[in-house]
Amino acid sequence: MPTDTATRASAQIGEQTLLDMFWIMLLSRRLDERSWMLHRQGKIAFHISAMGHEAAQVAAAFAIHRGVDYVHPYYRDLALVLAVGVTPTDFMMSLYGKQADLSSGGRQMPSHFSNRSLHIVSGSAPVATQVPQAAGLAFAIKYKQRCGLVDPNDTTQPRLALTCLGEGATSQGEWHEGMNWAGVHQLPFICLVQNNIYAISVPVQSQMAVEHVADRASAYGVKGVIVDGNDLLAMYDVMADAVQRAYSGEGATLVEAKTYRPVPHSSDDDDRSYRSRDEVEAWKRKDPIVRFQRYLTDEGLLDPAKIDAYEARARAEVDRAQADAEAAPLPAAEDALGDVYAPVEG
Amino acid sequence: MAIMTLIDAVRMAMDEEMARDPRVFITGEDVGPRGGVFRATLGLHEKYGGERVVDSPLAELSIVAVGMGAALADLRPICEIQFADFIHPAFNQIISEVSRMYYRSDGQWLVPMVIRAPYGGGIAGGLYHSQSIEAFFTHAPGLKVVVPSTPYDARGLLKSAVRDPNPVLYLEPKKGYRSIKGEVPEAEYTVPIGPARIAREGGDLSVFAYGMMAHYAVQAAEKVAREDGIDAEVIDLRTLLPVDKDAIVNSVKKTGKALIVHEDTHTMGYAAEVAAVLGDDGFEYLDGPIKRLTGPDVPGVPFSHPMQEYFMPNPDKIAAAIRDLAAY
Ligand SMILES: Cc1ncc(C[n+]2csc(CCOP(=O)(O)OP(=O)(O)O)c2C)c(N)n1
Ligand SMILES: [Mg+2]
Repeated sequence: MPTDTATRASAQIGEQTLLDMFWIMLLSRRLDERSWMLHRQGKIAFHISAMGHEAAQVAAAFAIHRGVDYVHPYYRDLALVLAVGVTPTDFMMSLYGKQADLSSGGRQMPSHFSNRSLHIVSGSAPVATQVPQAAGLAFAIKYKQRCGLVDPNDTTQPRLALTCLGEGATSQGEWHEGMNWAGVHQLPFICLVQNNIYAISVPVQSQMAVEHVADRASAYGVKGVIVDGNDLLAMYDVMADAVQRAYSGEGATLVEAKTYRPVPHSSDDDDRSYRSRDEVEAWKRKDPIVRFQRYLTDEGLLDPAKIDAYEARARAEVDRAQADAEAAPLPAAEDALGDVYAPVEG
Repeated sequence: MAIMTLIDAVRMAMDEEMARDPRVFITGEDVGPRGGVFRATLGLHEKYGGERVVDSPLAELSIVAVGMGAALADLRPICEIQFADFIHPAFNQIISEVSRMYYRSDGQWLVPMVIRAPYGGGIAGGLYHSQSIEAFFTHAPGLKVVVPSTPYDARGLLKSAVRDPNPVLYLEPKKGYRSIKGEVPEAEYTVPIGPARIAREGGDLSVFAYGMMAHYAVQAAEKVAREDGIDAEVIDLRTLLPVDKDAIVNSVKKTGKALIVHEDTHTMGYAAEVAAVLGDDGFEYLDGPIKRLTGPDVPGVPFSHPMQEYFMPNPDKIAAAIRDLAAY
């Protein structure tokens, strides 16, 4: 990782892109806040949040070839999938279980993201199941390149697979087996662990005997990196390096983003039983969006008027998404019977 | 026409599909230079190279999950589970992931993969090298479960499985790998997944079976025809999921009696579903009880010979069950 500021990958990001990253973080946050509110109002059945994780997710998305490289996300990746191209309306459709829910047609709970044309792979609820599958996506990329099915330099083709999960989910055997394949086959694979120090209520110390998830990387022969997940630019640097390694055939990277979830695990959780308000308040002062907004203001890219304009735009987009979703039709009851088997040709 | 063993037919199908489609690859434990512990992939590593015949880590869940990921990326994996007994570490991936992906993504994401697993007892394999696992997986809509019992079907059904856009669990009766021989044409063909096969036509009663038991059921039917003049029809179910209800009901429409045979244990075994299909749609054609001949309800196939033979149905036991039912 180049430490010299001028050669940092983030130093190459154009001004408009920096603002775009800020915009996606802000949009995700406002959409997320609205979702919590809709749940409190009894309008939706469930919400699970990306709050606090936005910098880690948006930096990861902007470092890859968005919409082309494979992404196999987890339920907390709202900001990530927004950055890849999912819209607030898409998300609202899933919150309301509407037929137009692009992820699943209303079959899955919200935040089980999928969008095939954006190369976002559908996820399930059992944690970590996506990790060995993402290794399989990366295996396929390498296979196609080596067997002459695609040109390795063809940038219209996926050239890596990115998957995400929480630190708690790394206790699963699925994670181990996926990492192992990624190492054995030197796959173009990035595993982004969003370590928010809790798995629902269980603190990380009860989850693993090592201090950092990334300490385990050497056990798989992959590169492990620890980064402040609330620092968008640091996060981007680490991800850009991992992407470069994947594209150039150097193999897999395990990125551990240290972050925090300032809200309950989900709309079904009450976090007061397992952590102090002081702890939560201390982390809120490290909010990744506030931090990046301050940076952009210091750099002269944002000022109060511009911020207000972004806020107004976010509010309008979220309002419209909510209105569209509320007006949209529910699935037909018998849609429950569809898509069990794909038709066999011939 | 060549006479071929069942395992040779399995290998031939993989060889042909790999030659036909560069997206087809094989992974599993020892499938590479050794050609698999049963030699199902013998010679394929040499022919297609290590890129396409890939020795996996000793880790079943990721054999399936990596295969699934590759299938999502439009490859055509054939994943070998060395013994069906060791598929359970991959249960979560098969049940929660492989079989549900198409449905949960509203038809966006396909999982065109084959999971091959040698299964079944009678080979001195004890509890952990003899299991029948079909009952677990035939309860997973979205998955197809196929069991060939002849070399002809072994080749034709496996080729269809590789080409199917859906995931297929392909269970190979390993006791019959070399003992079951049959005619296999030189010319290419496929056998469709779905329809059962009338293995022997008959009018007195119907025997429903699959895998090694279909093979034995034909032997038993010949025996009772010779010795007792009973004309049993044998239906080789061969696709267990989706269930070929028509074939089950149509045979009983003709014969009026049903015996279902499998080597899996009794309670909640596949025979229960066949019986339920007949209860739902075949009731008025029945003129006798629906009978089941299965392994006993013990936790696994025991190792020592007398206990193993006690566990396993065989042609004599099937013949006896046919006689009993015919006499009803
Ligand atoms: C296999 C499995 N067991 C239990 C659960 C219930 N569950 C959902 S999320 C979660 C905690 C996950 O924590 P972590 O991996 O740290 O991710 P985070 O939610 O903190 O981002 C649990 C126990 C599950 N979804 N899957
Ligand atoms: Mg966590």
